[in-house]
Amino acid sequence: MIRAIVFNGKTIYRKKFHWMKSFNEAIVLSVQNLNKQHGTGCEQCTNGNRHSLIKNYCSQCGTVYACQNVSFEVYEGETLGLVGESGSGKSTLMDCLYFDIETTSGKAFMPSYKKGEHNLFHQTSQEQRWIRNQLMGKVYQHASRGLKMDFSSLSNIAEKMIAAGYRNVSDMKSRATELLKHVEIPIGRMKDAPKKFSGGMQQRVQIARALSNYPPLLLLDEVTTGLDLSIQASVLDLIKIIQRDFNVSMIIVSHDLRVIRMLAERTIVMLEGKIIEQGLTDQLLEDPQHPYTQQLVQSLI
Amino acid sequence: MNTILQLKKLSKCFKLHHLGTTIEAVRDINMELAEGDFTGITGKSGSGKSTILKCIYRTYAPQQGEIWYHSSSFGWIDLCAISERKMCYLRKYEIGYVSQFLHAIPRTSAREIVENSMLEMGCELQFAQEETKKILSHFELDPALWDNYPVTFSGGERLRLNIARAMVKHPRLLLLDEPTASLDATSKLKVRELMQQLIQEGTTMLGIFHDIEFMRNLCHKEYKVVDGRLHERA
Ligand SMILES: Nc1ncnc2c1ncn2[C@@H]1O[C@H](COP(=O)(O)OP(=O)(O)OP(=O)(O)O)[C@@H](O)[C@H]1O
Ligand SMILES: Nc1ncnc2c1ncn2[C@@H]1O[C@H](COP(=O)(O)OP(=O)(O)O)[C@@H](O)[C@H]1O
Ligand SMILES: [Mg+2]
Ligand SMILES: [Mg+2]
Ligand SMILES: [Zn+2]
Repeated sequence: MIRAIVFNGKTIYRKKFHWMKSFNEAIVLSVQNLNKQHGTGCEQCTNGNRHSLIKNYCSQCGTVYACQNVSFEVYEGETLGLVGESGSGKSTLMDCLYFDIETTSGKAFMPSYKKGEHNLFHQTSQEQRWIRNQLMGKVYQHASRGLKMDFSSLSNIAEKMIAAGYRNVSDMKSRATELLKHVEIPIGRMKDAPKKFSGGMQQRVQIARALSNYPPLLLLDEVTTGLDLSIQASVLDLIKIIQRDFNVSMIIVSHDLRVIRMLAERTIVMLEGKIIEQGLTDQLLEDPQHPYTQQLVQSLI
Repeated sequence: MNTILQLKKLSKCFKLHHLGTTIEAVRDINMELAEGDFTGITGKSGSGKSTILKCIYRTYAPQQGEIWYHSSSFGWIDLCAISERKMCYLRKYEIGYVSQFLHAIPRTSAREIVENSMLEMGCELQFAQEETKKILSHFELDPALWDNYPVTFSGGERLRLNIARAMVKHPRLLLLDEPTASLDATSKLKVRELMQQLIQEGTTMLGIFHDIEFMRNLCHKEYKVVDGRLHERA
């Protein structure tokens, strides 16, 4: 017991170690009132009255309101969970943040981009490409969206690094090799194309690729869904190792609360395109407030 | 005596939407803990003991009342009002919790569980490994078990692991939810010894004990919870 110095049964001194972090409230990403709709809307569903909506869908004109007024923050080094039933808008949100699809309205700021003074959604597509290549990494549920399935794993990683501005071939090769080693792709298979890999290995290559530009923010959308249990476990273990070894912030989307419990300190719950509840993950699981969250947690027990 | 924790008129109820009911778990709890004290809570099952602890740890969402904690990082703060981020920080560095139900973390060995608890504070792997060894031997967990998964552990072994995980961080405030439940007499004695050591080290503790007789003479103060209300005992 070396950290407390005790005198007469009372601690008089607690040593502070140099590695103890001081409290840090630095934000990596801040999202304000993000909206994404498919369709132009009609009189019935615009102008603030959305009476015609059935869930997120306008029964009159067919417009889908996939994300509605979504606001939240991601802090430095934290893992934020994002849960919700199918169709609640999780992937839409992630796609908006990675500029995979156009956002209808709203703001997003990253302090690492122009001091956080410029709305990411208002940048040119070239600028957005730069942001994505320099400041983000994304892992998709379907590896075919995140990887070139016929290219070797090494070139998949090199591609992202080139996009991020790396030029030195041997540097890139050694970083790519090191990353693939980190995600446990055997050296002998690094030149293989991901299409020859199992689902779990493909996710590992995606993760290695996403990390290759040292991004401050990683977006993970259902990365374990559809994998069989033992493979899921190994991907989850990998994510835990990344949390430990890289100081990267993550948003993890899953509809599996067990995954969220294991990985996320704080969690957001979405329903019909809206955030209905957010909180410390254990609090959300043990003392959910919203009727839908209660139902979600019940279904787990 | 320096006060470290003060609960003021804490109430908590649970609104269960699917049943259309509200459960009043605790009401008007006032309590003061002095730094270095060991405070015991007893009460019947369902009386509201765990609720009090979980409100302090913020596993339960704050509702009514205040929980003032004297933090070494933030000074006096109301745990009901601080940001989630600050609460995460306090859980890492200042407030420990040993849960009533010993959830095993999937696919993580005993050694790793304790190491990770250190690593999340930001220390070097080697230091975490050394501290882990020290604390596991201190709590007399058989070294043969260190690399095993705790799902297979006995109640007493899991408990010692759980306490080791919380204690390796040397929290200023340690919350214990029935650490002696379901233990046999010899294991209980071990826990008692452990509590004694923790008191020696100056850890402030708030613990729920089913069988408080066992902790008598150790507790500086004793409370009893009856139907969600707190009563001080002499
Ligand atoms: N291109 C599109 N055109 C019309 N509606 C769309 C389009 N893309 C998504 N949507 C709708 O937007 C809503 C949100 O879809 P999204 O894919 O974000 O859900 P999700 O939360 O990721 O669900 P899952 O858990 O099934 O992956 C759904 O109602 C979906 O049908
Ligand atoms: N998360 C919860 N959701 C709903 N009711 C709860 C929850 N936690 C506790 N309760 C209820 O609050 C009361 C007090 O429970 P608890 O504090 O666990 O009692 P104790 O620890 O004294 O056995 C009980 O009626 C219990 O059913
Ligand atoms: Mg999706
Ligand atoms: Mg209890
Ligand atoms: Zn419409």
